[in-house]
Amino acid sequence: MPNLLAKRRLVRWSGAAGASLATLTVLAGNVLAATAEHAPEAAHGGEHAAGGLPQLNPATFPTQIFWLALTFITLYYLLSKKALPRVAEVLEERQERISRDLSKAASLKEEAEAAMAQVDQSLAGARSEAQALIAQVAAEIDANNHARQAQLNAENAERLRSAEANIAAAKEQAIANVRSISADIARDVAGRLAGLNVDAAQADAAVAAVIEERRS
Amino acid sequence: MDPLHQFQINPILQIVIAGYDVSFTNSAFFMVVAVALIYALLVFGMSGRALVPGRLQSLAEIFYEFVANMVRDNAGHDARPYFPFVFAIFMFVLFGNLVGMIPFTFTFTSHIIVTFTLAATVFVFVTVLALMKHGLHFFSFFMPHGAPLALAPILIPIEVISYLMRPVSLSIRLFANMMAGHTMLKVFAGFTVMMISGLGAVGFLAGLVPLAINIALTGFEFLVAFLQAYVFSILTCLYIRDALELH
Repeated sequence: MPNLLAKRRLVRWSGAAGASLATLTVLAGNVLAATAEHAPEAAHGGEHAAGGLPQLNPATFPTQIFWLALTFITLYYLLSKKALPRVAEVLEERQERISRDLSKAASLKEEAEAAMAQVDQSLAGARSEAQALIAQVAAEIDANNHARQAQLNAENAERLRSAEANIAAAKEQAIANVRSISADIARDVAGRLAGLNVDAAQADAAVAAVIEERRS
Repeated sequence: MDPLHQFQINPILQIVIAGYDVSFTNSAFFMVVAVALIYALLVFGMSGRALVPGRLQSLAEIFYEFVANMVRDNAGHDARPYFPFVFAIFMFVLFGNLVGMIPFTFTFTSHIIVTFTLAATVFVFVTVLALMKHGLHFFSFFMPHGAPLALAPILIPIEVISYLMRPVSLSIRLFANMMAGHTMLKVFAGFTVMMISGLGAVGFLAGLVPLAINIALTGFEFLVAFLQAYVFSILTCLYIRDALELH
């Protein structure tokens, strides 16, 4: 409302200023006109010298009112029926176009954001898939390694065991051979030195007892 | 060198209808010029219907939006149907004032009968609008809300007189401003001519003073030309608001 008040004040001010200016200049004009009348070339005094102001000559009122009415009605008709709707149309069109473009831009932005989100999502999916695949492969390899190692260990143990058995068998064999050779030698030595004829079984038992004794 | 000679009505074509002298005069000619200029500005300006307006189209749109905003801010949203009327008033007065600024033209808004007829049109329009909208309730307009009933005998005559004075103040404001400005221009121009013809070489120098004042006054007159058109139409808006809302 202060805006409205200020406008009213402006209106009042300009009105007062205009009225006082008018009085002043009319006075000045009359003075000038009066001095002009004394000049010899004051030819145009005629019609309005009596009244002073041409504005106050009622003889000109009908024509002015007539032409004002004619032109103003024409102007109002032309403006309200032709010119203004055209301007309004252009302005509306522009407003519509702007809002349409804005909403289009907004929807495009939304679309782009959705596409971006989808890309992000698929990227994340791919990443997790890859991670899972890597983990799976690693686990597989790990398991393979374990199995292989266990197999190798078992094989090695088997081989070791069979080698040990071979060695033990060879050892038994060697001991048996040594026993029989020792028995033979012992029988021979006893025969030659003592002239004793020791039978094979007796020699063998004696050698076995010695071996038993040494072994422990 | 009569400064009032510029306000002289000169017939161009004698026309008499029903005993009234309605000759086509210099005043009538410039009314036609103003209407033609306004219409040409709007039609040629908007002929491109460009999305991005050029100079002329911008000017037409600025006028349109200026008046549209004025009507909306001062007369309210309900005043939308009366926008063409306010626009016609504003443009007619503005172009009348501005065309009058061109040397050797005639300023039809400097005639009280023209401004009074315009103001009376506004007055009748607004009163009929108020009567149509509010019926007899319109007369409550003359008794301000909340005023004690005892003051009615004083308030009502004051309000009625102030209402009836509207067309008078509206028309005299515009007429007086335009006539005063144009007379001042002529008076100061007359001083320069008188000094030169009266004082010779010295007069040439002395004549520069009123000339300088005249240049300043010319700028001031352009302001007044616009301001008075603005004031006339903004008051029309306020009267329309009063008619629509009754306070």
